Amino acid sequence: MTPSEQSNRYTDVAIALHWLLALALVASFCVGLYMADLKLSPTRVRLFNWHKWAGISILVLSVFRLGWRWAHRPPKAPASMSAVQTRFAHWTHGLLYVLFFLVPIVGWAYSSASGFQVVWFGLIPLPDFVPVDKPLARVLVQVHAALAYTLAAAVALHVAAALKHHFVERDSLLWRMSPLRLHDSMQQKGQ
Amino acid sequence: MARTLGAGLALLLALGQAQAGSEAPALVAGQSEISFVSRQMGVPVAGNFRSFDAQVSFDPANPQKGHFLIGVDVASVQLPTDDAMKEVVGPGWFDAAHFARATFQSSAIRALERGRFEVAGRLSIKGRAQDVLVPVFLEQTGALTVASGSLVVRRLAFSIGEGEWTDTSMVADEVQIRFRLVLTGIAPI
Repeated sequence: MTPSEQSNRYTDVAIALHWLLALALVASFCVGLYMADLKLSPTRVRLFNWHKWAGISILVLSVFRLGWRWAHRPPKAPASMSAVQTRFAHWTHGLLYVLFFLVPIVGWAYSSASGFQVVWFGLIPLPDFVPVDKPLARVLVQVHAALAYTLAAAVALHVAAALKHHFVERDSLLWRMSPLRLHDSMQQKGQ
Repeated sequence: MARTLGAGLALLLALGQAQAGSEAPALVAGQSEISFVSRQMGVPVAGNFRSFDAQVSFDPANPQKGHFLIGVDVASVQLPTDDAMKEVVGPGWFDAAHFARATFQSSAIRALERGRFEVAGRLSIKGRAQDVLVPVFLEQTGALTVASGSLVVRRLAFSIGEGEWTDTSMVADEVQIRFRLVLTGIAPI
Protein backbone atom coordinates (compact mmCIF):
# COMPACT_ATOMS: atom_id res chain seq x y z
CA MET A 1 0.00 0.00 0.00
CA THR A 2 1.64 3.23 -1.04
CA PRO A 3 0.62 6.27 0.98
CA SER A 4 0.37 8.33 -2.17
CA GLU A 5 -2.33 10.83 -3.02
CA GLN A 6 -3.87 8.50 -5.58
CA SER A 7 -4.45 5.86 -2.90
CA ASN A 8 -8.03 5.51 -1.73
CA ARG A 9 -6.88 4.18 1.61
CA TYR A 10 -5.37 5.78 4.65
CA THR A 11 -1.87 4.52 5.45
CA ASP A 12 -1.60 1.46 7.72
CA VAL A 13 -0.16 3.66 10.48
CA ALA A 14 -3.07 6.09 10.21
CA ILE A 15 -5.56 3.20 10.32
CA ALA A 16 -3.85 1.63 13.35
CA LEU A 17 -3.81 4.99 15.18
CA HIS A 18 -7.44 5.68 14.31
CA TRP A 19 -8.71 2.43 15.82
CA LEU A 20 -6.35 2.41 18.78
CA LEU A 21 -7.37 5.95 19.69
CA ALA A 22 -11.04 5.18 19.07
CA LEU A 23 -10.81 2.37 21.60
CA ALA A 24 -8.80 4.48 24.09
CA LEU A 25 -11.22 7.42 23.80
CA VAL A 26 -14.36 5.34 24.30
CA ALA A 27 -12.78 3.45 27.22
CA SER A 28 -11.48 6.63 28.90
CA PHE A 29 -14.84 8.36 28.48
CA CYS A 30 -16.73 5.42 30.04
CA VAL A 31 -14.23 5.06 32.91
CA GLY A 32 -14.37 8.83 33.45
CA LEU A 33 -18.17 8.74 33.70
CA TYR A 34 -18.11 5.77 36.05
CA MET A 35 -15.36 6.90 38.40
CA ALA A 36 -16.39 10.51 38.93
CA ASP A 37 -18.89 9.82 41.72
CA LEU A 38 -17.22 6.78 43.31
CA LYS A 39 -16.58 6.84 47.03
CA LEU A 40 -12.90 6.99 48.00
CA SER A 41 -11.49 3.46 47.71
CA PRO A 42 -8.48 1.73 46.14
CA THR A 43 -10.70 1.14 43.09
CA ARG A 44 -11.37 4.85 42.75
CA VAL A 45 -7.65 5.71 43.07
CA ARG A 46 -6.76 2.98 40.56
CA LEU A 47 -9.38 4.11 38.01
CA PHE A 48 -8.38 7.77 38.36
CA ASN A 49 -4.74 6.90 37.71
CA TRP A 50 -5.56 4.61 34.78
CA HIS A 51 -7.80 7.34 33.33
CA LYS A 52 -4.96 9.88 33.63
CA TRP A 53 -2.44 7.48 32.07
CA ALA A 54 -4.84 6.79 29.20
CA GLY A 55 -5.49 10.52 28.75
CA ILE A 56 -1.79 11.36 28.51
CA SER A 57 -1.29 8.43 26.12
CA ILE A 58 -4.14 9.80 23.96
CA LEU A 59 -2.49 13.22 24.01
CA VAL A 60 0.92 11.86 22.99
CA LEU A 61 -0.51 9.57 20.28
CA SER A 62 -2.66 12.43 18.96
CA VAL A 63 0.40 14.65 18.58
CA PHE A 64 2.12 11.85 16.64
CA ARG A 65 -1.05 11.22 14.65
CA LEU A 66 -1.41 14.86 13.64
CA GLY A 67 2.25 14.88 12.54
CA TRP A 68 1.66 11.70 10.56
CA ARG A 69 -1.46 13.18 8.95
CA TRP A 70 0.53 16.24 7.96
CA ALA A 71 3.29 14.11 6.41
CA HIS A 72 0.87 11.60 4.81
CA ARG A 73 -2.14 13.44 3.47
CA PRO A 74 -5.43 11.56 3.83
CA PRO A 75 -7.09 10.27 0.65
CA LYS A 76 -9.23 12.81 -1.16
CA ALA A 77 -12.96 12.89 -0.50
CA PRO A 78 -15.01 10.94 -3.07
CA ALA A 79 -16.13 13.07 -6.02
CA SER A 80 -19.72 12.20 -5.14
CA MET A 81 -19.49 14.38 -1.99
CA SER A 82 -20.83 17.92 -2.27
CA ALA A 83 -18.68 20.91 -1.34
CA VAL A 84 -20.89 21.49 1.73
CA GLN A 85 -20.53 17.87 2.82
CA THR A 86 -16.75 18.00 2.37
CA ARG A 87 -16.49 21.22 4.35
CA PHE A 88 -18.68 19.80 7.11
CA ALA A 89 -16.51 16.67 7.29
CA HIS A 90 -13.41 18.84 7.37
CA TRP A 91 -14.72 20.93 10.28
CA THR A 92 -15.82 17.86 12.24
CA HIS A 93 -12.35 16.33 11.86
CA GLY A 94 -10.84 19.66 12.95
CA LEU A 95 -13.06 19.77 16.05
CA LEU A 96 -12.16 16.16 16.90
CA TYR A 97 -8.44 16.94 16.72
CA VAL A 98 -8.77 20.10 18.84
CA LEU A 99 -10.59 18.04 21.49
CA PHE A 100 -8.05 15.18 21.33
CA PHE A 101 -5.60 17.75 22.71
CA LEU A 102 -7.84 19.92 24.88
CA VAL A 103 -9.64 17.22 26.87
CA PRO A 104 -6.45 15.56 28.19
CA ILE A 105 -4.65 18.89 28.76
CA VAL A 106 -7.52 20.29 30.83
CA GLY A 107 -7.77 16.95 32.70
CA TRP A 108 -4.05 17.13 33.45
CA ALA A 109 -4.44 20.72 34.69
CA TYR A 110 -7.40 19.64 36.86
CA SER A 111 -5.26 16.93 38.46
CA SER A 112 -2.43 19.38 39.16
CA ALA A 113 -4.80 22.02 40.55
CA SER A 114 -6.30 19.36 42.85
CA GLY A 115 -2.85 18.64 44.30
CA PHE A 116 -2.21 15.39 42.44
CA GLN A 117 0.71 15.44 40.08
CA VAL A 118 0.22 13.19 37.04
CA VAL A 119 2.81 10.37 37.02
CA TRP A 120 2.47 8.63 33.67
CA PHE A 121 2.17 4.86 34.23
CA GLY A 122 3.32 5.51 37.80
CA LEU A 123 6.84 6.07 36.44
CA ILE A 124 7.18 9.38 34.62
CA PRO A 125 6.27 12.46 36.69
CA LEU A 126 4.77 15.15 34.47
CA PRO A 127 5.18 18.83 35.32
CA ASP A 128 2.34 20.69 37.04
CA PHE A 129 1.66 23.65 34.76
CA VAL A 130 -1.00 25.08 37.08
CA PRO A 131 -0.60 25.63 40.84
CA VAL A 132 -2.52 23.72 43.51
CA ASP A 133 -5.70 25.78 43.71
CA LYS A 134 -9.01 24.24 44.83
CA PRO A 135 -11.37 26.88 43.31
CA LEU A 136 -9.46 26.56 40.02
CA ALA A 137 -9.74 22.75 40.24
CA ARG A 138 -13.53 23.04 40.64
CA VAL A 139 -13.70 25.09 37.43
CA LEU A 140 -11.31 22.83 35.53
CA VAL A 141 -13.24 19.65 36.30
CA GLN A 142 -16.38 21.27 34.86
CA VAL A 143 -14.47 22.36 31.75
CA HIS A 144 -12.91 18.89 31.40
CA ALA A 145 -16.36 17.26 31.60
CA ALA A 146 -17.97 19.73 29.19
CA LEU A 147 -15.18 19.22 26.65
CA ALA A 148 -15.40 15.43 27.06
CA TYR A 149 -19.16 15.54 26.37
CA THR A 150 -18.47 17.74 23.33
CA LEU A 151 -15.91 15.18 22.14
CA ALA A 152 -18.44 12.38 22.67
CA ALA A 153 -20.97 14.33 20.59
CA ALA A 154 -18.40 14.94 17.85
CA VAL A 155 -17.49 11.23 17.85
CA ALA A 156 -21.19 10.33 17.60
CA LEU A 157 -21.54 12.72 14.65
CA HIS A 158 -18.43 11.21 13.03
CA VAL A 159 -19.78 7.66 13.46
CA ALA A 160 -23.23 8.67 12.17
CA ALA A 161 -21.67 10.29 9.10
CA ALA A 162 -19.54 7.20 8.42
CA LEU A 163 -22.62 4.96 8.67
CA LYS A 164 -24.59 7.28 6.40
CA HIS A 165 -21.81 7.04 3.80
CA HIS A 166 -21.82 3.27 4.07
CA PHE A 167 -25.52 2.46 4.21
CA VAL A 168 -27.23 5.43 2.59
CA GLU A 169 -24.78 6.73 0.02
CA ARG A 170 -23.06 3.35 -0.38
CA ASP A 171 -19.88 5.13 -1.47
CA SER A 172 -17.51 2.62 0.24
CA LEU A 173 -15.86 5.50 2.13
CA LEU A 174 -15.59 3.29 5.23
CA TRP A 175 -13.11 0.96 3.54
CA ARG A 176 -10.51 3.72 3.48
CA MET A 177 -10.20 3.35 7.25
CA SER A 178 -10.89 -0.37 7.51
CA PRO A 179 -8.30 -2.55 9.19
CA LEU A 180 -9.38 -5.25 6.69
CA ARG A 181 -8.05 -5.18 3.18
CA LEU A 182 -10.73 -7.52 1.88
CA HIS A 183 -12.46 -4.85 -0.11
CA ASP A 184 -9.28 -3.73 -1.85
CA SER A 185 -8.36 -7.22 -2.92
CA MET A 186 -11.94 -7.83 -4.10
CA GLN A 187 -11.83 -4.60 -6.06
CA GLN A 188 -8.52 -5.58 -7.62
CA LYS A 189 -9.90 -9.00 -8.62
CA GLY A 190 -12.95 -7.40 -10.14
CA GLN A 191 -10.89 -5.01 -12.26
CA MET B 1 -0.84 42.11 57.79
CA ALA B 2 -2.02 40.06 60.74
CA ARG B 3 0.71 37.58 59.90
CA THR B 4 3.40 40.27 59.87
CA LEU B 5 2.06 41.66 63.13
CA GLY B 6 2.02 38.17 64.62
CA ALA B 7 5.56 37.54 63.50
CA GLY B 8 6.59 40.92 64.93
CA LEU B 9 4.98 40.13 68.27
CA ALA B 10 6.59 36.71 68.32
CA LEU B 11 9.94 38.34 67.64
CA LEU B 12 9.44 40.89 70.44
CA LEU B 13 8.39 38.11 72.74
CA ALA B 14 11.43 36.11 71.70
CA LEU B 15 13.72 39.07 72.31
CA GLY B 16 12.18 39.58 75.72
CA GLN B 17 12.70 35.95 76.53
CA ALA B 18 16.27 35.98 75.26
CA GLN B 19 16.97 38.94 77.56
CA ALA B 20 15.31 37.25 80.48
CA GLY B 21 17.60 34.33 79.67
CA SER B 22 15.92 31.82 81.89
CA GLU B 23 12.74 31.25 79.86
CA ALA B 24 12.09 27.72 78.66
CA PRO B 25 12.20 27.23 74.89
CA ALA B 26 8.80 27.60 73.26
CA LEU B 27 7.35 26.69 69.88
CA VAL B 28 6.24 29.47 67.53
CA ALA B 29 3.40 27.34 66.17
CA GLY B 30 2.32 29.81 63.48
CA GLN B 31 5.67 29.59 61.75
CA SER B 32 6.28 25.90 62.27
CA GLU B 33 5.34 23.07 59.95
CA ILE B 34 4.92 19.34 60.23
CA SER B 35 4.16 17.86 56.84
CA PHE B 36 4.44 14.54 55.06
CA VAL B 37 4.53 13.04 51.59
CA SER B 38 3.03 9.65 50.81
CA ARG B 39 2.86 7.97 47.41
CA GLN B 40 -0.29 6.71 45.73
CA MET B 41 0.51 4.65 42.63
CA GLY B 42 3.74 6.62 42.27
CA VAL B 43 2.05 10.01 42.78
CA PRO B 44 3.47 12.08 45.64
CA VAL B 45 0.59 13.28 47.81
CA ALA B 46 1.47 16.02 50.27
CA GLY B 47 -0.25 16.66 53.56
CA ASN B 48 0.39 18.49 56.79
CA PHE B 49 -0.88 18.92 60.34
CA ARG B 50 -2.33 22.22 61.46
CA SER B 51 -2.26 21.62 65.17
CA PHE B 52 0.77 20.46 67.12
CA ASP B 53 2.83 21.51 70.10
CA ALA B 54 6.28 20.97 71.53
CA GLN B 55 7.92 20.90 74.91
CA VAL B 56 11.58 21.52 74.47
CA SER B 57 14.54 21.86 76.73
CA PHE B 58 17.71 22.26 74.80
CA ASP B 59 21.05 23.94 75.22
CA PRO B 60 23.32 23.63 72.17
CA ALA B 61 26.30 23.70 74.51
CA ASN B 62 24.95 20.67 76.31
CA PRO B 63 22.86 18.81 73.72
CA GLN B 64 22.87 15.40 75.39
CA LYS B 65 20.85 16.86 78.25
CA GLY B 66 18.20 18.19 75.91
CA HIS B 67 14.72 16.83 75.51
CA PHE B 68 11.99 17.09 72.87
CA LEU B 69 8.36 16.10 73.25
CA ILE B 70 6.31 16.82 70.15
CA GLY B 71 2.56 16.24 70.11
CA VAL B 72 0.40 16.28 67.00
CA ASP B 73 -3.40 16.41 66.87
CA VAL B 74 -3.98 13.90 64.08
CA ALA B 75 -7.48 15.23 63.36
CA SER B 76 -5.87 18.47 62.15
CA VAL B 77 -4.48 16.66 59.11
CA GLN B 78 -4.72 18.46 55.77
CA LEU B 79 -4.80 16.61 52.44
CA PRO B 80 -5.57 17.68 48.86
CA THR B 81 -9.23 16.58 48.91
CA ASP B 82 -12.03 16.68 51.49
CA ASP B 83 -12.72 12.99 50.80
CA ALA B 84 -9.15 12.07 51.67
CA MET B 85 -9.21 14.19 54.85
CA LYS B 86 -12.41 12.53 56.01
CA GLU B 87 -11.07 9.07 55.19
CA VAL B 88 -7.68 9.46 56.83
CA VAL B 89 -9.00 10.36 60.32
CA GLY B 90 -11.24 7.29 60.21
CA PRO B 91 -10.66 3.94 61.96
CA GLY B 92 -8.66 2.36 59.12
CA TRP B 93 -6.11 5.18 59.14
CA PHE B 94 -5.33 7.48 62.09
CA ASP B 95 -8.46 6.51 64.05
CA ALA B 96 -8.52 9.99 65.55
CA ALA B 97 -11.55 9.13 67.69
CA HIS B 98 -9.45 6.69 69.73
CA PHE B 99 -5.92 7.96 69.17
CA ALA B 100 -6.17 11.73 68.98
CA ARG B 101 -2.48 12.44 69.52
CA ALA B 102 0.67 11.26 67.81
CA THR B 103 3.82 11.95 69.80
CA PHE B 104 7.54 11.95 69.47
CA GLN B 105 9.50 11.69 72.70
CA SER B 106 13.27 12.01 72.52
CA SER B 107 15.47 9.66 74.52
CA ALA B 108 18.96 10.75 73.51
CA ILE B 109 20.47 13.64 71.56
CA ARG B 110 23.88 13.40 69.98
CA ALA B 111 25.75 16.33 68.44
CA LEU B 112 27.17 15.64 64.99
CA GLU B 113 28.97 18.45 63.14
CA ARG B 114 28.12 22.07 63.85
CA GLY B 115 24.36 22.66 63.91
CA ARG B 116 23.56 19.00 63.25
CA PHE B 117 22.19 16.62 65.79
CA GLU B 118 20.87 13.11 65.86
CA VAL B 119 17.84 12.71 68.03
CA ALA B 120 16.83 9.21 69.07
CA GLY B 121 13.33 8.76 70.33
CA ARG B 122 10.04 7.01 70.29
CA LEU B 123 7.38 7.83 67.73
CA SER B 124 3.86 6.86 68.76
CA ILE B 125 0.97 6.93 66.32
CA LYS B 126 -2.36 5.18 66.72
CA GLY B 127 -1.18 3.51 69.91
CA ARG B 128 1.76 1.85 68.14
CA ALA B 129 5.30 2.93 68.96
CA GLN B 130 8.53 2.71 67.00
CA ASP B 131 12.07 3.78 67.90
CA VAL B 132 13.37 6.24 65.36
CA LEU B 133 16.53 8.23 64.69
CA VAL B 134 15.87 11.76 63.52
CA PRO B 135 18.54 13.96 61.98
CA VAL B 136 17.91 17.54 63.09
CA PHE B 137 19.49 20.67 61.70
CA LEU B 138 19.47 23.77 63.92
CA GLU B 139 19.73 27.22 62.47
CA GLN B 140 19.65 30.55 64.26
CA THR B 141 17.86 33.54 62.72
CA GLY B 142 17.84 36.41 65.16
CA ALA B 143 16.23 35.29 68.38
CA LEU B 144 14.56 32.34 66.69
CA THR B 145 15.98 28.87 66.33
CA VAL B 146 14.73 26.70 63.49
CA ALA B 147 14.94 22.95 63.96
CA SER B 148 14.35 21.13 60.69
CA GLY B 149 14.73 17.68 59.25
CA SER B 150 12.92 14.73 57.80
CA LEU B 151 12.56 11.04 58.41
CA VAL B 152 10.97 8.13 56.61
CA VAL B 153 8.54 5.93 58.50
CA ARG B 154 6.61 2.84 57.45
CA ARG B 155 2.90 3.50 57.76
CA LEU B 156 2.03 -0.20 58.18
CA ALA B 157 4.17 -0.38 61.33
CA PHE B 158 1.54 1.95 62.82
CA SER B 159 -1.42 0.19 61.16
CA ILE B 160 -2.14 3.30 59.12
CA GLY B 161 -4.21 2.22 56.15
CA GLU B 162 -5.84 -1.07 57.10
CA GLY B 163 -7.88 -3.62 55.20
CA GLU B 164 -7.98 -2.96 51.46
CA TRP B 165 -5.54 -0.06 51.96
CA THR B 166 -2.67 -2.29 53.16
CA ASP B 167 -1.80 -2.86 49.48
CA THR B 168 1.52 -1.02 49.12
CA SER B 169 1.27 -0.96 45.32
CA MET B 170 -1.66 1.40 45.92
CA VAL B 171 -0.31 3.46 48.85
CA ALA B 172 3.43 3.04 49.46
CA ASP B 173 4.53 1.87 52.90
CA GLU B 174 7.17 4.58 53.18
CA VAL B 175 5.97 8.02 54.22
CA GLN B 176 8.35 10.92 54.45
CA ILE B 177 7.75 13.21 57.42
CA ARG B 178 9.23 16.70 57.26
CA PHE B 179 9.35 19.20 60.05
CA ARG B 180 10.40 22.77 60.57
CA LEU B 181 9.96 23.84 64.15
CA VAL B 182 10.54 27.50 64.98
CA LEU B 183 11.58 27.89 68.61
CA THR B 184 12.29 30.75 70.95
CA GLY B 185 14.44 30.69 74.03
CA ILE B 186 17.28 28.54 72.74
CA ALA B 187 20.78 29.91 73.18
CA PRO B 188 22.54 30.68 69.88
CA ILE B 189 24.50 27.73 68.51
